[in-house]
Amino acid sequence: MTAARRQTLAVWKFSSCDGCQLSLLDCEDELLSLADRLEIAYFLEADRAVVEGPYDISLVEGSITTAHDLERIQEVRRASRALITIGACATAGGIQALRNFGDVTDFTSIVYASPEYISTLSTSTPISAHVPVDFELNGCPINKRQLLEVIAAHLLGRRPRVRAHSVCVECKRRGTVCVTVAHGTPCLGPVTHAGCGAICPAYDRGCYGCYGPMETPNTGALSASMAQLGCQERDIVRVYRTFNADSEQFRDAGLASERGGRGS
Amino acid sequence: MSEAGRTRTIRTDYLARVEGEGAMFVKLDGDEVLDVKLRIYEPPRFFEALLRGRAFTEAPDITSRICGICPVAYQMSAVRAMEDACGVAIDDGPIRDLRRLIYCAEWIESHSLHVYMLHAPDFLGYSGAVEMARDHREIVEQGLAMKKAGNALLALVGGREVHPINIRVGGFYRAPTRAELHTMTEPLERARETALATVRWAATLTFPDVEREPELVALCDPGAYPVDRGRIVSDGGMDIAPAQFDEHVAEEHVEHSNALHARLRHGGTYLTGPLARYALSGGELWPLAREAAREAGLERVCHNPFKSILVRGVELVQACDEALAIIAAYEQPDAPAVEVEPRRAVGHGATEAPRGLLYHRYEIDEDGTILDAKIVPPTSQNQLAIEEDLRAVVQHHLDLPDEQLTLRCEQAIRNHDPCISCATHFLSLEIDRG
Repeated sequence: MTAARRQTLAVWKFSSCDGCQLSLLDCEDELLSLADRLEIAYFLEADRAVVEGPYDISLVEGSITTAHDLERIQEVRRASRALITIGACATAGGIQALRNFGDVTDFTSIVYASPEYISTLSTSTPISAHVPVDFELNGCPINKRQLLEVIAAHLLGRRPRVRAHSVCVECKRRGTVCVTVAHGTPCLGPVTHAGCGAICPAYDRGCYGCYGPMETPNTGALSASMAQLGCQERDIVRVYRTFNADSEQFRDAGLASERGGRGS
Repeated sequence: MSEAGRTRTIRTDYLARVEGEGAMFVKLDGDEVLDVKLRIYEPPRFFEALLRGRAFTEAPDITSRICGICPVAYQMSAVRAMEDACGVAIDDGPIRDLRRLIYCAEWIESHSLHVYMLHAPDFLGYSGAVEMARDHREIVEQGLAMKKAGNALLALVGGREVHPINIRVGGFYRAPTRAELHTMTEPLERARETALATVRWAATLTFPDVEREPELVALCDPGAYPVDRGRIVSDGGMDIAPAQFDEHVAEEHVEHSNALHARLRHGGTYLTGPLARYALSGGELWPLAREAAREAGLERVCHNPFKSILVRGVELVQACDEALAIIAAYEQPDAPAVEVEPRRAVGHGATEAPRGLLYHRYEIDEDGTILDAKIVPPTSQNQLAIEEDLRAVVQHHLDLPDEQLTLRCEQAIRNHDPCISCATHFLSLEIDRG
């Protein structure tokens, strides 16, 4: 089977900071051997040469924020056998989805002197809102070990070993003392998707939810516990409204805290 | 020589090996360059708007998401601006040393990426580093090894390589121990040797003979090569505090770009980044970096933008050298951060991102809520200088066929390591010969 065709990989960018695709270039020890195993056919951040599709694996970074990108993501889907979203922008809309909570015309006029030159949609939406997605890798940014696992799994035709439990489990595995229990530090770990390796608590800081919601998050209980630790409603709304603000569970949790704040 | 009346268009719709989405367009009539545009079509993300109403302590985490390649620069300009607003100055001691250390780590990671993976393929005639590795595997591997050392230091001090989690207003969440930092000594010593080899190798490259003299602007921090603080100084005589930035720099919104164009109110086009830092503070380089620059044939001021790869090599030597010195002298502080109490005020922060000056200004309320934010990234400051470089490069290479001229123009853009995701709040190349 040594004569098998090398599979092709494409990396696409939509509205984003480039940090997730950089994670691929950050695989310093694996990049060249990965390039021996599969053909990097389209990756503009790394190479100006473009191999025509279709592609076996497409990694998609970024969210949909323009009319042009609405069309482009359809073309990417048509050209891809497997479409994998990488990062919070592609998976949940990203930090730029905060516009979904406000008026985008206000946003444009705050930043740009001539808002009429700017064409943008009123929302920032994840890739799955527009096309079928084969796998979503969470994280702001993604973890490069998980990225390699997802690519390897697709090359081998198996499910990626990416667990959907909470960051709490990773803290226990790592042997990190719970920052909430020991120090009363508010922490989104109980409702946040694992994958980062529970970095923040290991640095004496509460998790800030950059991997988005876990499988079945109990945000109501966590919001109540944060309130008991002395967090104001406004602060609780803020912690849910960052890089995964418009993911269903964090959006609902933020809205619930907002209603709670007005009701009390 | 082309005849007048015969127009040519040189264009690249999707610029590669830059960070973010941009395009290039050049239009020629005979030998006359009619129009040059660096178009930034990366969609806007409205950071300055979405920061309003957030807590002052959230600015470093939120603004780091402007750029995955230089997040530390955003975090550092943000924390300096917030501390300035709150009347706190962290100018000495282990917290400041750790800040400089993690900033050195970002310079090592970002410059290694740019020198070896983004810029070198232009000089050696490859589409990218992976293709280059087929013929020059050792060179690419040495670049990746140096990049890995920078990233390892970033991950140790910051928690992870992209969007570090350990930087906060007032300092850090957790200060590393001496023993943890000492694990980086050997990798950084190897990286410093690689950086020296990088300068020697880059000196053997062939550089197009183009001289440019934009006004050069960089931070100056007497006694140190500029990284995390300083006054904003130019070779045209400007010497201002970061708080005076707005008085001296105007931002314009032009139709072909989603990035605002910055100009000096007293002059116009200016350039920030390695060429400016080296010209204004080359005397502050430590002996190893200074000697590397001399051996590579760099003059006191480098006017050839294609030689920016050499200056990045020199800065890699300096960053590795400084990181090693900081680690050798490090004593873990008693507390990883100082308390910073908010007050109603305006604060300014300017630091040197790998690709140039990054300015933040925030107005905050008495409870620390952000009322207004302004962020001026290096690439929006360099955009006009890059367009003027393109004009000069095209004028100098009129005899080249379109395909080679396009490659040369792209290289001219990559000379300045543009970061388009940053600037949008940038890049496609078209050359129109009609």
